[in-house]
Amino acid sequence: MKHLSRHAVPILFAALCLFGIIAAKITPAFLLSEMLVRVGRNSVLVLSLLIPILAGLGLNFGIVIGAMAGQVAAILIVHWGGHGILGFAEAWLIATPVAIVFGLATGWLFNRAKGREMVTGLIAGFFANGAYQLVFLFAIGSIIPFHNPGMVLPQGYGLRNTVDLTTIQYAVDDLIPAHIRMEGSELRVPIASFVVVVIFCLATLAFFRTRLGQQLRAMGQDPHVAAIAGIPVERNRVIATVLSTVLAAWGQLLFLQNIGTLNTYNSHEQVGMFAIAALLVSGATVSKATVGQAILGTVLFHTLFVVSPLAGKALAGDAQIGEFFRVFVAYAVITVALVLHAWQAARVEREAAKL
Amino acid sequence: MIARVRSIAREAGIPRLLIAAFVVVLFSVAAATHMNLGSLITDSIVRVARNGVLVLALLPAIQGGLGLNFGLPIGIICGLIGCVFSLNANVGGVSGVLLASAIGTGLAVPAGIAYGWLLNRTRGQEMMVGTYLGFAIVSGMSIFWLLAPFTNPTLVWAIGGKGLRTTLSLGGIYDKVLDRWLSFTVAGVTVPTGALLAFFAICFLVWWFFRTRMGISIAAARGNSRFARAAGISDERTRIQASVLTTVLAAIGIVIYSQSYGFVQLYTAPLLMAFPAIACILIGGATVTRATITNVLVGTFLFQAILTVALPVTSQVIEGDISETARLIIQNGMILYALTRTGGRRG
Amino acid sequence: MSATSTTSGAPVLELRDIVKEYEGNRVLKGVSLSVKGGEIHALVGENGAGKSTLMNILFGMPVIQDTGGYGGDVLLGGAPVRFTNPAQAMEAGLGMVHQEFMLLPGFRVAENIKLNREPSKPNPLSRLLGRGLERVDVATMRRDARRALDRVGLDIDEWLPVAGLPVGHMQFIEIAREVDKERLRLIIFDEPTAVLAESEAERLLESMRAFAASGVAVLFITHRLDEVKAIADSMTILRDGEVAGRPDPKATSVVRVAELMVGRPAGAAMGRRGAELGSEPALSIERLNVRMPGEPVQDVSLTVRRGEILGIGGLAGHGKLGIANGIMGLFPATGAVSLFGEAFPLNDAREALTRGLAFVSEDRRGVGLLGEESIELNIALSALEAHGRFLHPFPIPAFRTLDAKGMRAHAREMIERLDIRTTGPVQQVRRLSGGNQQKVCLARAMALRPRILFVNEPTRGIDIGAKERVLEILVKLNREDGVTLIVTSSELAELRSLCDRILLVYRGRVAAVLPPDAPDAAFGLAMAGEEVAAAAAAGPGSSA
Repeated sequence: MKHLSRHAVPILFAALCLFGIIAAKITPAFLLSEMLVRVGRNSVLVLSLLIPILAGLGLNFGIVIGAMAGQVAAILIVHWGGHGILGFAEAWLIATPVAIVFGLATGWLFNRAKGREMVTGLIAGFFANGAYQLVFLFAIGSIIPFHNPGMVLPQGYGLRNTVDLTTIQYAVDDLIPAHIRMEGSELRVPIASFVVVVIFCLATLAFFRTRLGQQLRAMGQDPHVAAIAGIPVERNRVIATVLSTVLAAWGQLLFLQNIGTLNTYNSHEQVGMFAIAALLVSGATVSKATVGQAILGTVLFHTLFVVSPLAGKALAGDAQIGEFFRVFVAYAVITVALVLHAWQAARVEREAAKL
Repeated sequence: MIARVRSIAREAGIPRLLIAAFVVVLFSVAAATHMNLGSLITDSIVRVARNGVLVLALLPAIQGGLGLNFGLPIGIICGLIGCVFSLNANVGGVSGVLLASAIGTGLAVPAGIAYGWLLNRTRGQEMMVGTYLGFAIVSGMSIFWLLAPFTNPTLVWAIGGKGLRTTLSLGGIYDKVLDRWLSFTVAGVTVPTGALLAFFAICFLVWWFFRTRMGISIAAARGNSRFARAAGISDERTRIQASVLTTVLAAIGIVIYSQSYGFVQLYTAPLLMAFPAIACILIGGATVTRATITNVLVGTFLFQAILTVALPVTSQVIEGDISETARLIIQNGMILYALTRTGGRRG
Repeated sequence: MSATSTTSGAPVLELRDIVKEYEGNRVLKGVSLSVKGGEIHALVGENGAGKSTLMNILFGMPVIQDTGGYGGDVLLGGAPVRFTNPAQAMEAGLGMVHQEFMLLPGFRVAENIKLNREPSKPNPLSRLLGRGLERVDVATMRRDARRALDRVGLDIDEWLPVAGLPVGHMQFIEIAREVDKERLRLIIFDEPTAVLAESEAERLLESMRAFAASGVAVLFITHRLDEVKAIADSMTILRDGEVAGRPDPKATSVVRVAELMVGRPAGAAMGRRGAELGSEPALSIERLNVRMPGEPVQDVSLTVRRGEILGIGGLAGHGKLGIANGIMGLFPATGAVSLFGEAFPLNDAREALTRGLAFVSEDRRGVGLLGEESIELNIALSALEAHGRFLHPFPIPAFRTLDAKGMRAHAREMIERLDIRTTGPVQQVRRLSGGNQQKVCLARAMALRPRILFVNEPTRGIDIGAKERVLEILVKLNREDGVTLIVTSSELAELRSLCDRILLVYRGRVAAVLPPDAPDAAFGLAMAGEEVAAAAAAGPGSSA
């Protein structure tokens, strides 16, 4: 019974998905094809949330800033005519230092807003979006020389709404090409992407076992005790943020190479929200999350994501309801996690005051 | 003299000075390029009257110790339900506005109590909880709007006949009913007297409230739970009272907003409505723990002036809506600045 | 034992004339002490005497730098040092067993013992990017932890999570952590036995002796004078930021030490007025128990006579501050209280205020004042809340508006009456000096027109001139307005000059009720928990 209550959230969610699958009469082939693709391209983004949670920074709503770093790199590479896996590697090389700089800035912000990291990350993401728009909607082509009629709007400056990424599409996915036949259709299996995901999972696990990982874990439990033990808490918070931002940038690149088109102004907006909702759906909390939960959550969340509109159409005749429903679920899951976390923390403080 | 100027500047803070300077620059450029200043000023005033009460709604929350009320959409939804009902019943004119406000308030009181209760249990993380609770409720309501049993043909989708439209037009019902009341024009500026009067009247009510015993208790309890207890004030109760106030004002605020705008916006529109309001009050000089009516008036004017004037002025030179980008940067930059000031554990 | 024969050479730790100021308040006024290797040195003093500040300076805690640094010199092994963070202090060989356990409940025992000193193995990445990426060597960590635990005699599995372990075990895990530090030269024990049972406390003292025997210098901060006598080789008594004495623990009585801690009476007593006071009980308290962190009250019964000035004294942490806090409803309390003969409910702050009680808290900044608000508002608030003063009349009580003129006039009157140095009634309270802030707190209590006034630490952190003034105001309140006063203070001299009777608490219970002119010995013994002989409590004439 205790096992059941601890895993209540993912079990509930799995039940919800199952209900939707049955209601919408979804075929296993369809589900598998969607999952193969979605898990491959979204997992790293979810993984990027783990380190800040461990370090006591809570849910890093600022990963959208890392995603932007990835996008900037993708735009540049396409502009410079990059191709295939080589082009992708170049994008990766550009995205990394950009993400490091972004991460340093975000980490600095977090240190100035102790206790309010999550709201600060959220707003910082919005702000960065504004700055991103300023650069790509107005500065590119006017202040920043950028000659590329295919990508730039007719007025001479500002990037078009979509950027075609077919030159690097499936660069990683198809590195180890594989297909399986199922129910008459051919499903692409992105083995290399899965390998990348597994590598990052293992790297995260190994990181938790290093001295730095130990320091972050200590900070996450009690920053005061950590400081007394000589751990450089402020510096480590920045490091944790940088690592998260860089992983988010890499994750976004992995995402983009699968999708094949870049929605210049929208691709990154919901990244934070969806990744966080995905993580929380697995039963992870604001203060504790494991690699296994990250993967499980990605599978569960994206299953619901795919199933919901179809179930809505089947049950209520309107796919729109399903779309609203999945967004509602994402928001609700995050709300519940935040409330639970704050409730616990407030209760602990009240107990400490009474002693 | 210099020292005084410098101390005022330091108190105001760099972002506010920059924003004020930006407003001056925009108006100067407008004048210099012979734009219709009259209509620009009119639009600015209209937007102040339109958004004012929504910004004012944040004051009781800040003064009550709840921080920046990112959960404003909760009250907004209450007000929107009021609008929809009044439209469905075809009540027009000022009565329509009053009916919508009444229904909205009636819903906002229990909503505010529940919200306040939750905030009491989640001390330290009010802003985050409010944000996502607001998001969840708005997106949950979207499903409701879609399934709502309203029958008035002007409200529902033409095809299918069920589910409310995304925006409901107020034309001919109570579009700009307050704006036009007693409106007059002077020097090319058309003043939306009714709406302005309503805004000022509500400001006065709030000012008066915080000079009453109940209001003083709410403000006294805000910083310090133990201080409040020592003075015999239950800060659990005052926080709920503050939450009710902010939610009710938000409900009334969206009714005034809608009549001024001419449309009732449902579905995902309320999602992000808290943020500009919060930026307004911060620009006016408020902090996460302290706000005055002056902050509301000054901030709403400055921010709305920028939003109104930036597009026409810049569109003379720049293609595309840079005012939207400017809004994102100024609005969120201001909130970020306020969040990273030292002090406080409110999250 | 750790005889002086094992100590030799330059002292391991030497403090010379340490001075520290917090916002104009001198907390340390030139403290010097020295500890040799192998010596157990006790540091004894009240709360507020400066012990924690001294430790923060030693350990390089950031709070010291952030508030202006410190004056004087710290020498380790003869060489001057100036630490700016705890890591440096630990590198140099300092260790500390804290009063509040510095353990991570989610970590295992071994992880706590080795926190930030984990044994680790290098790898290619770590050689490139720094030691932080070295993999933690769990096997060695567990082995070292096991060894440390064995040395302190704690027989538990080193891989257990710390959460849920009994308090006694946690204390020893802290000690094990210090034992594990190889280059330890000085270890500080901060009130270590406060939460331990008898047998555990004994074991802890043993471990202290073990450290000393191995040549480490031991600094032992404590209130418990019996332990000081049992184990210390030398001691320093700190009082009000200064060294009050360095008696030989072996040769000095507990009474004498207690005397030095609390100071000698100064100034003429205002006199006992036994005959003048009525015998009518103003406040009758039975079996009061208050759960106040740091100042718990176990079982206190007392009767306060109408019109008297009752003093409450005792060592810090023994509950004297908890009595007023409990009655005024700030912390959970149980017991039976009657006010002028009528039953009085506990745990109801509002009721206390409306029934004519008022309180000036020891926590001026936290509970006493709203720093950002004006003087006039601070003064008026409690009376406004409890009695509806300073409000215009209006049928609905909740909506009565502020009588701003009345509030300001009252504030002006108070500023004059209490001689509050300020630019005016609208000045923000946090800009005032400590003494003037205290006067504002008093004014606020006085605005309630109380019948009984509790005052905790009336003159803490205030300069001499303001001290006198505050005490004068209190006496005037009592003599002219007939307010019954209950004054709780760490300064015995103050109580003896002000009060008609003095109640002393020890470990949350009443130890003795003495007249102000009882001999010093009686006070010292009562505060140390010793029996006060009837003769000693008799009256003037008998001396210690």
